[in-house]
Parts: sequence; structure tokens; C-alpha cells
Amino acid sequence: MEHPFAITLDVGSSLANQTGSWRTSRPVYVDRLPPCNNACPAGENIQSWLYHAESGDYETAWRTLTADNPLPAVMGRVCYHPCETACNRAQIDEAVGINSVERFLGDTAIRHGWRFAPPAAESGKRVLVVGAGPSGLSAAYHLRRMGHAVEIHEAGPFAGGMMRFGIPKYRLPREVLDAEVQRILDLGVVLKLNAKVDRIVERMQAGRFDAAFLAVGAHIGKRAYIPAGSAAKVLDAVALLRSMEGEEKPLLGRRVVVYGGGNTAIDAARTAKRLGATEAIIVYRRTRDRMPAHDFEVEEALAEGIMMKWLSTIKRVDEGALTVEKMQLDDKGFPQPTGEFETLAADSLVLALGQDVDLSLLDGVPGLAIKDGTVQVGPNMMTGYTGIFAGGDMVPSERTVTVAVGHGKKAARHIDAWLRGAVYAPAEKHELASIDKLNAWYYADAPKTVRPMLEVARRQSTFEEVQGGLDETNALYEARRCLSCGNCFECDNCYGICPDNAVIKLGPGKRFAFNYDYCKGCGLCAQECPCGAIAMVAEEI
Amino acid sequence: MNEPARTLDPTQKLHFYQKGTFTVGNRLVSEQERAVQASIDRSNALTCGHRACQGCGEALGARYAIDAAMRETNGQLIAVNATGCLEVFTTPYPETSWQTPWLHSLFGNAAAVAAGVAAAMRVKGRRDVRVIAQGGDGGTTDIGFGCLSGMFERNDDVLYICYDNEAYMNTGVQRSSATPPAARTATTPAMGPEPGNVFGTGKSVPKIAVAHGIPYVATATVADLHDLERKVVKAMRIHGARYIHIHVPCPLGWGSASNDTIRLARLAVECGLFPVFEAEHGLVTGSRKIRRQVPVDDYLKPQKRFAHLFGSEQGNKRLAMVQAIADRNIVEYRLLDHDGDV
Repeated sequence: MEHPFAITLDVGSSLANQTGSWRTSRPVYVDRLPPCNNACPAGENIQSWLYHAESGDYETAWRTLTADNPLPAVMGRVCYHPCETACNRAQIDEAVGINSVERFLGDTAIRHGWRFAPPAAESGKRVLVVGAGPSGLSAAYHLRRMGHAVEIHEAGPFAGGMMRFGIPKYRLPREVLDAEVQRILDLGVVLKLNAKVDRIVERMQAGRFDAAFLAVGAHIGKRAYIPAGSAAKVLDAVALLRSMEGEEKPLLGRRVVVYGGGNTAIDAARTAKRLGATEAIIVYRRTRDRMPAHDFEVEEALAEGIMMKWLSTIKRVDEGALTVEKMQLDDKGFPQPTGEFETLAADSLVLALGQDVDLSLLDGVPGLAIKDGTVQVGPNMMTGYTGIFAGGDMVPSERTVTVAVGHGKKAARHIDAWLRGAVYAPAEKHELASIDKLNAWYYADAPKTVRPMLEVARRQSTFEEVQGGLDETNALYEARRCLSCGNCFECDNCYGICPDNAVIKLGPGKRFAFNYDYCKGCGLCAQECPCGAIAMVAEEI
Repeated sequence: MNEPARTLDPTQKLHFYQKGTFTVGNRLVSEQERAVQASIDRSNALTCGHRACQGCGEALGARYAIDAAMRETNGQLIAVNATGCLEVFTTPYPETSWQTPWLHSLFGNAAAVAAGVAAAMRVKGRRDVRVIAQGGDGGTTDIGFGCLSGMFERNDDVLYICYDNEAYMNTGVQRSSATPPAARTATTPAMGPEPGNVFGTGKSVPKIAVAHGIPYVATATVADLHDLERKVVKAMRIHGARYIHIHVPCPLGWGSASNDTIRLARLAVECGLFPVFEAEHGLVTGSRKIRRQVPVDDYLKPQKRFAHLFGSEQGNKRLAMVQAIADRNIVEYRLLDHDGDV
């Protein structure tokens, strides 16, 4: 080839120079576990459904959410959202309002009448679920979607369990609960009400069930021995909350004392106030910081005029008055009696001292281990009797709706595997996307949207829902506050900031790939990735 | 759907796209609103296989700037390069990394050659072809300074871009007139009672460019892509002499980790040592505000060239002198004055 003067070589491109050979460590795309997902007792993929919600695709968001939890509108009201406690954004400004977006999605689904996809194929297996509470409904939903025939046998007159008989209306309106239950039944789940199970093994044989999931709630209020005069009015909180669902509202009088420090005590006191009590007083033997009740519920109760009496135990109940002993905390934080007594005027006493499960349906079942009023289950949720699984309040764990829903899902997966003669092996958890893996610079400051609250005056006298929901505009805003911890959200940062053009953009929804022919391993992409979805791995040299 | 919510207060509206505000791209906004660098068909003016060090800020800055200019000119762009890292690592004979017509003549004459190319294009009637001259701080602030000043005062139709990595890096890190005080270089060693580069020396070429009264002058950094692209686009829409000065960290010369390039560029702005501003026809028209202010220590400490400032009484005094420079910039360019900030 002819070349101009002083030129001896053809023009070449630097593409001939594969700088990838310089590399001592390589970037790789990873999916790390977002702290919200890690904290969710129901095992929701929160980061994933927020990703769809933030582009306004609420239906996909809802479908992603309900792949794990069939009750988002309920969750968005009653869940104590451990996800928000774990949220990395809390360390930047405030946690993402995950719970409020979940409620928005749940309410939107009810408004639009979105329904679950029916099972792809029938398995021919029959599963009995005992109890139509959160755990039972969740298990029934998952088992049905896996193609099994499911029957729920519920002792009570309505479905919902503790969601109906334990959670007051002002926190969970019943039409919301009914809508989400109905959607599960629409999948073909059979619900039998007023069908208490006395003998589980016999019931299974009679109905030709291949497996059973027991999910009986803790509906029995614990009693403490308190000497009481003949005319004293003493009732337990569970019975009080349950009677709210009946025709006859309970008569409590003008001055109501609630004994206990848990969430049920708060619910009972707030219910008493709404029933017309002029004074609703919570008596608790320790101090506020040691109360098992969630602080925001204590705060809401105080705002409604509920009074609290700390460091006190009730020694005697008479008509119109209680005798209370003052306590003091010892070095270990346990309350010790002081011998100082006082009298407290009260027309009735509500005991909220914890709850037990009625385990009588298990009488005579061989191989079961029962300890502290709960059934012992293995890691696969199966009891000591082959084919009988259990979850929710019946098994040792935290007693919340969300935990119960999580149990239902977990048990369903194990039951499904067991019915197929297999063993369910959960996918290995990814490394946690802790805040140090993120580059927070790239997130704009955006404080949390606060949900509207019903005015206190109306809260004290009616059972209207206390906490409002977000509308579409601010739900979208809230969803977009998500940092997408540990999971690529296609911000193009790695693609843009690579000095060597060694990142290939694959197009919307397809993320990116590295071109290792040219990547020099500088690590800029990993350092500047906002959400920590790139890891640097040493090359073998 | 993309309308900001009516129920949000003004500050929330401003940052409605929480994730995309500072990132290169944003899947929630339209293609047109995203950065050139987010585009799947950006020109990659400076393509793969170039021989810049790992984490090179200059390679990044040059691609950002030339890609933006190429999109704005529809690819009708000629680049003239001064001698320096950028020239050496992109064009080892006979290879080139450039995806645009590109000329190199001497170390000091890039501005003059570019002025000539622009004149030639005018004579040929090619008004669509635009010209960019580019060089490092050595070729711009020292060796090519006479030619640059001439290009400015004649108001030649050239955009001159200086990639400032604060020393002569490819020849072995010698001091330039853009080297900051106290920085260790091969010619300002960290020895004696006043180690590193001497306080009170050097010059600000952006300020000198402003003093020429040319139509447009701006500074930018590789840490703020959106700002950089906006300035290049703005410059390409103006005719006459224009000057953009881009701060580009150099892992080799600064003694910093290769993955710290963008972080250091960001910290230089956030501490006030590198003011990012714009000027038109001799007047400063605006500055990029500090978002999360940091002391100069945060910026200096990850760089080995400033290691001698840390851990001694004498070092602390000199650190305070560097902080004073940053503080003066903050006042001069109103870097913390968020009123009227957009």
C-alpha cells in the first residue's frame, strides 16, 4: 500500500489494544439483599415492588407484592413495618414510607378489582387449613396458587381471625379485610365457618386431606389471680375486642382501667374511650420504655387522652374501686413491691395480660411436642405428626399479623414440597446491602410524606379509621424515595463514568454488562454505583 | 404521571425524581432529558483501548465533553490537541482512539492551530463544521498560554477546553502554573521547611479568560456530568472564543486510588477549592453551590501529594492556609449562597 511521506503504517484503532490485560480486580454486577426485604417477616420483595411502583406501574407492583403476601391493604394498616426500621434511608433523612405505599397499592387493587391469577394446573392434592386468620389465609392462598385443593375450617362466624376479633375497626376497617379475604376465596379456596375442629386426625381422614396446616390464633385471654369483690366487673381484653364485632356492645362504665402493657392493652383502652369512657387508664407494672407496646401506638393513645399509670400492680378489685400497689424496678429491671398502696376509682377492669391458644384439637395426636402453650415445629413447620404443619400464634414466635402471614407462606412451600415427595430448599440469601455499600451522594434530599391523621376529637368518640392513606401523587413520591439498596435500578452511572467505555448498556430492563476486553479494573463503577450493585473481585493472576 | 405532585411543598417538587437527580441517567424521565452519556448511541469520541491509567479523570472528562459537542454539532466537529497525556495515550502511532477528525501539532500551539482550522472552514464555507481545541493544564496555562490569549483577544470561533490535572503528568509529574499550593510534584518535592509547591504562585486561567471579555467561560468537573454537558452544549451554541476549564483528578500524579477519581473531583467542589462557575462577556453569571460542605482535609487526605500536611504542627498551619483559600473562593463565588439557586 502507498503511504504518504514519512508514514509507514496504516491507520489503526486503539480497539486493537485490549487493556483488559492490565486488570488486577474485576467488577461484577451483584444483587445484594435490601435491609427491608431482610427484615420483612412475610418475606416480601419490597425493593422490587417499589421499583415498579415508582414508574407508576401499580398493577405490576401489586402483583410482585402479592406473590409473597396476599393481604397488602391489611398490611398497610396493621403491620408494624420492621422494614422501615431497617431502611437504609433512615440514615440519610427518614425511612421510606413502605407501609403507606403498600396500603396505597392494596387500596388501589381493591378499587380496580384486580384478581389473582388462577393456578396453572391442579395437583390433585387436598390440604386442610384450620383457622381463617392471617396465617391460615396466607397458607391457603399460596397452596391454592400451587394447584392444591384447599379447605379452611374456621371456628368463628367470620373469616379474619385476630384481624377481625383482635384489631379494632379504627385501625382496620372491615370492608378492607372482607375484600382481601374474598379475593383469596375467589381463587377457589373453600371456607367453612362455625366449623371448629375438635379432633384433627379424624377431621383429616373424614375429608380425605393429604396434609393439614394448623393456624389457630391466641384467642384466650390470660387471667391473673386478683381478689375481687362480688360486684366487681372484670373482663379480659380479647373478649372485649371480640364482643365489639357482635350486636351487643360491652358495658364498661365511665371509668375503665386496663391492666397490661402490650399492644392489646392499648387497643382495649382506646376502644373503651370510644365506647364513651370518660377515663381510660392503663396500669402497667413497669415503665414506658419497657412496655411491649409499640411506641407510636402509645403516642396515639396518649393523644386521645388515654392515661398511663406506670410501676403499679393491681392487688384487689371492688365495686367502683381498685387497690393498686406501687412498684419499683430493681437493678435487673424487674418490678419489686414497695408496700405502698393506693385506691383507684374504676367501674370496670380489663385484663390484657397476654393470650393463649386453645390447643384442644390436638388432644390425643401422637408425636406432638407442646411447650409453654405452643406446638413445637421443625424448620419445615411440620409438627411431630407427619403431614400436620402449624404456624402463627400456635408456634413459638412473635405474635403479629405479618409474622403469621410469613408462617403461612413458609408452611405452604414446605407442604407443597412434602406433597410432591420433595424437600423445599430456600434460595441462599444474598449478602446484605448495608449503608456502607451505597454511595448516598446520588440521592436527592427528600423527606418522608406524612400520612394524614384523623382529628383527635373524632378519634375519641368514633371508630373511624385513625390513619389516612396517601393519594397517587404522594404515593409515587414516596415510592421514588426508595434507594433500591443492592439492586440495579438502571441509573446509567456505571455506563456513564467508565473512563474506558467498558460498560455495555443492554437496554431498558436488561441492565448492563462489562466488556472485560477493555475494563482496566479501576473500580470507579463500583465506587460510584449509588445502590451497591457492583462488587470488585480479585483476578486470579 | 411525570407531573410533580400538587400536594408536595416546593422543595419536594424540586427533587421529585429522587434517584435520578444526580445520576448519569434516569429511567423515569424521557430520553431527551437524560445526559448524553446515558445514551446507548453516544459517539464514544474517545473509544476503548486508549492507554490512560486506571481511573483516569482526563479520559473521562474528554469523552464527556467531546461526546456532548458531537451530539450538538451532529458530528461535524474537528478537534485540535496540544501535546500532553490526552494526546499521548489516545494516539500511539499508528493507533487512534478518536472517533472524530483530530489534529496534533505542537505542545504550545493548539489554540493557534485551531484558530487556523476555524479560518479554513470559514473560507471553505463550511459553517456547519465546528472546532474545539483541547489540552492539559501544562499546554494551556504554561506553554500554550500566548497562543491561547491571542485566540481569545481575536475572538476566534473556537471552544478551547483545558483538562486540568494540576501538573505535567505524562512526563513524570512536574509542577505547572496550575499546581495547587503545597502539592508535591517531581519539581516541588516534599522537603525542607515549606514542602511541596510554594504558596502564592500559579494563576487562574479561567479568571484570565474572563478578563478577555470573551463570550463564554466556564469551569466544570468530572464529578458533575449534567453541569459539564450543559456547559459544553451552551458553548457550542455560541460563536466566538469560548473557554471551559475541567477539573480532572489524576490517580498517578495525585497519589490517589484509581476508584477515587470522581469522589475527589466532588470533594474539590464541596470544600471550595475548585469553584465551578460561568461567565459571559467578562462577567461572572453564576456558580454551582456547595451541597454538603466539607473541610479541605477531606479532599487533601486521600491524596499522597498532600501527605506531608498531615500529622505535624507545621502541617496543620499549612492546612489552615489551604482552608483559607477555599474560604476565599466560597466568598468570591458565593458558593454557599443558595438564594436563587436552581
